[in-house]
Amino acid sequence: MGSDVFEITVNLVKMLFIFLLMVQLVPVLVWVERRGSAFIQSRFGPNRVGPLGLTQLLADAVKFLMKEEFVPAQGKKLLFYLAPAIALVPGAVAFGSIPLSCPVHIQRFLMLQHWWGPYDFEFQSFHFGVGIVFVLGISSLGAYALLLAGWGSANKFSLMGALRASAQMISYELALGLSLVGAILIYGTFDFTEMIAQQAQVFNFELLGHAFHLRKYGILMQPIGAILYFSSIFAETNRLPFDLPEAEGELVVGYHTEYGGLKMLMFYIGEYGHMMVGSALFVTFYLGGYTIPLLTTTQINNLFLSMGAGPNVISILTALVFHVAFFAKVLFLLWVFVWVRWTLPRFRYDQLMDLGWKTMLPWSLANVIVTAVVVAYVRSK
Amino acid sequence: MTPLFAALILFFFVLFFGLFLVWVSGLLGPKTKFNKVKSEAYECGLPSQETHNTKIPVKFYLTAILFILFDIEIIFMYPWAVSFIEFVQSGAGPYILGVMGVFLAIFIYGLFWEIKSNALEWE
Repeated sequence: MGSDVFEITVNLVKMLFIFLLMVQLVPVLVWVERRGSAFIQSRFGPNRVGPLGLTQLLADAVKFLMKEEFVPAQGKKLLFYLAPAIALVPGAVAFGSIPLSCPVHIQRFLMLQHWWGPYDFEFQSFHFGVGIVFVLGISSLGAYALLLAGWGSANKFSLMGALRASAQMISYELALGLSLVGAILIYGTFDFTEMIAQQAQVFNFELLGHAFHLRKYGILMQPIGAILYFSSIFAETNRLPFDLPEAEGELVVGYHTEYGGLKMLMFYIGEYGHMMVGSALFVTFYLGGYTIPLLTTTQINNLFLSMGAGPNVISILTALVFHVAFFAKVLFLLWVFVWVRWTLPRFRYDQLMDLGWKTMLPWSLANVIVTAVVVAYVRSK
Repeated sequence: MTPLFAALILFFFVLFFGLFLVWVSGLLGPKTKFNKVKSEAYECGLPSQETHNTKIPVKFYLTAILFILFDIEIIFMYPWAVSFIEFVQSGAGPYILGVMGVFLAIFIYGLFWEIKSNALEWE
């Protein structure tokens, strides 16, 4: 983060833009979820409002605004109102520290009779050296929103939903944290940008007489860690097959039973934000972040150079190309969330806890030990 | 502007944005009179049987305690993992592996003791 007026303004605008990007993706995701479930179940889904039903959620949002205010008689008002606001925070702040594209270099330029020095803008709200530690710390704040909602609603369904949600979130956080240790052992850094730079390297090998040139993507180095991480994300975000907190047959809708209108929508934004952070982390750790498998940065730069663009424009356009690649990966993973939801049945609660503590935790431990031994053997030479 | 300060700005901005949305949604909706039945907590239409601050299974509390124990042990593995390659390259690979081996042995013993003592059974 910089020190002069121009740089601070750009950084603040960027922060707001990335937050709005996250909030604006939620309606699209809800549309994908509803149309996708309809596609899987051979139904139509919402197709009346706008082309392909795309503006359905806009219409819903207007309706949500016009809903009446409701607090249960015994509810604790402060907690009840605070919970949806807190639900927004972890997703938004954690998403801000993930690099969405390569940095933009701006050379010296003249504006308002004043030379503005060369700038390096990163395509993320703020750049922490400890990236992953910050993201894990912030995203575990999500449990507070659920607990406050469950306690403040003064409703037994809400309370049970909140208890289940917090118990499963903390149980799967162990497997999630440990599965990332394996990847950190290989990269040797907490910083997302450095991780992506390491994954952009190429390694060559021969198989059956053919030479292969592959990027060092994390999913090739850490297949078990990737599977464990991706499964625990489902439990962290309370999605099917681990959506016990919202099991409709048992608990109505769990912790947000008493919420309606815009406040319920905010819980959805929080949940989808959490899903986006989980997918973006998966992309950064295991799918090479914003890199494109067969294209290098210089090739893209040369392509724009041959079109006759200036250095600043080239830098911005290259960042945009990588940004699109990053979001293509994230959106594919978000589609996998929808896909899994309509494929797998729900677990029972004891099965869920057994899977977390007795299966995934030992497996991720074994993954860490094997990775450590292999890294110690390979890197010592 | 340090990254921590920027994160703090975003944190409070999002929090107040959320509180603003909560306030707006209460402002625009219809104002209706609430009676005792309407403002009761939802329970499938039946009168409430118990208060909401009813008894909670102690299993949740136990799970939370176990989580804190294991999570702290996992947090200790992060600095180890990030400095692992440096140690290996400076020739201290067996040492750093052995140190973590002792720590992990206690971790694994604890995990299996916990599973054996039925602390994780949900009937």
